[in-house]
Amino acid sequence: MSKYLLDKFLYTVDRDPQLVERYRDDPAGTLDWWEQEMANAVLNCHPAERSTWLRFTDEERRAIREHDHVGLFQLGAHPFLTLTLFIAMFERDHGPLEYQLAYARAMAHIQLPYPDIAT
Amino acid sequence: MATVAAVIASTHHPFYYRASTSTGADRPPFADEWVAKIEAFRATLTQADPDVLLMVGSDHFHQLWLDNMPQFLVGKAPVFDANWYNEEREFGLPRMRLAGQEDLAAHVLREGLDAGFDLAFSNELRIDHSVTCPIITLRPQADLPIVPVYTNIFAPPMPRPSRFVQLGRTLRQLVESWPADKRVAIIGTGHLSLELGGPRQFGEHGPDPEFDRKAVTWIANGDIDGCLAEVTLDSLHAPGNATHGFMDFMLMMGVAGDGAKADHVDTLDLFHTMEAYFTWYPEGASR
Repeated sequence: MSKYLLDKFLYTVDRDPQLVERYRDDPAGTLDWWEQEMANAVLNCHPAERSTWLRFTDEERRAIREHDHVGLFQLGAHPFLTLTLFIAMFERDHGPLEYQLAYARAMAHIQLPYPDIAT
Repeated sequence: MATVAAVIASTHHPFYYRASTSTGADRPPFADEWVAKIEAFRATLTQADPDVLLMVGSDHFHQLWLDNMPQFLVGKAPVFDANWYNEEREFGLPRMRLAGQEDLAAHVLREGLDAGFDLAFSNELRIDHSVTCPIITLRPQADLPIVPVYTNIFAPPMPRPSRFVQLGRTLRQLVESWPADKRVAIIGTGHLSLELGGPRQFGEHGPDPEFDRKAVTWIANGDIDGCLAEVTLDSLHAPGNATHGFMDFMLMMGVAGDGAKADHVDTLDLFHTMEAYFTWYPEGASR
């Protein structure tokens, strides 16, 4: 499990308008590029000062590649990050609140306690 | 010494700006009632005639991130730029710029450290809607200097609710010991029950109206003991997965004081979440 890395993916994509579009249009390509180039970038540090150990599990890669917000939730990704990014990508294809309500309905089977989001 | 001119606790609903400024078919049916309640709430701050605003909020993974996460942080800078691309994108919030009250920030940091709170600080802080929403609702002219205080209600592990109450009590003392002839309003925003990114989000009401009813009663009556008896880090998962933001209301109960009944209490039952507005005027605060 690499909840921190899932959150880092969502966080770095959500705050960058170009990355939001890139992830919407090409999730598999964005994931490959991001894991190669960004996963071990120490944010707020010089690019040469990289970490050496951060990588996704196969299940995490699948959830990102498939835009699977329910899977991300069940893997313990921070729900606020997932929601914010997915609204940015997909709300535009729906009427007012339609996307947010469908997003919730897709999770209707999930009961408390929710997956732990502690990193 | 400074005077605490008012203590104000509020929800921070990022959709208010868009709802209140929209017209015609875009204007939601609840907008007029919402605006009327906000204007009445705004009058409670105007009446207090503040010079400075100490503002408690929580960064929503904008500048503060999991590689370096403070629990409590004070912004000490001459200027605070405000609002972020994703808040512009999702909520239509405008970019803003607020002056900072650096000498009060320095006082809060020095005396807060000495009072037992290992406060983090930032000398370049871009603030988000947890602080700008109450500026928009309570002081839209954005003409007063601020000291932002950020709390972690977002990324576990978080401080326990009692620690938020203690920080509120301490902030009240720190403002009252600030050697300046200024009137300071202490404003903090949080949430009642709230679900974000989970199955209970965006319902017809907040996810737990019974929690909201109890919470409003605790806050309005300053019932800190009653609130602390029921609210824990674990219990806050039940009313909704983002309900830890209620701890900022508990902080503000600490600012207002044990048993302090609010002078202004109002709520608005919206879809997704209940809005709640509280103002206290401390004894001796009036001109």
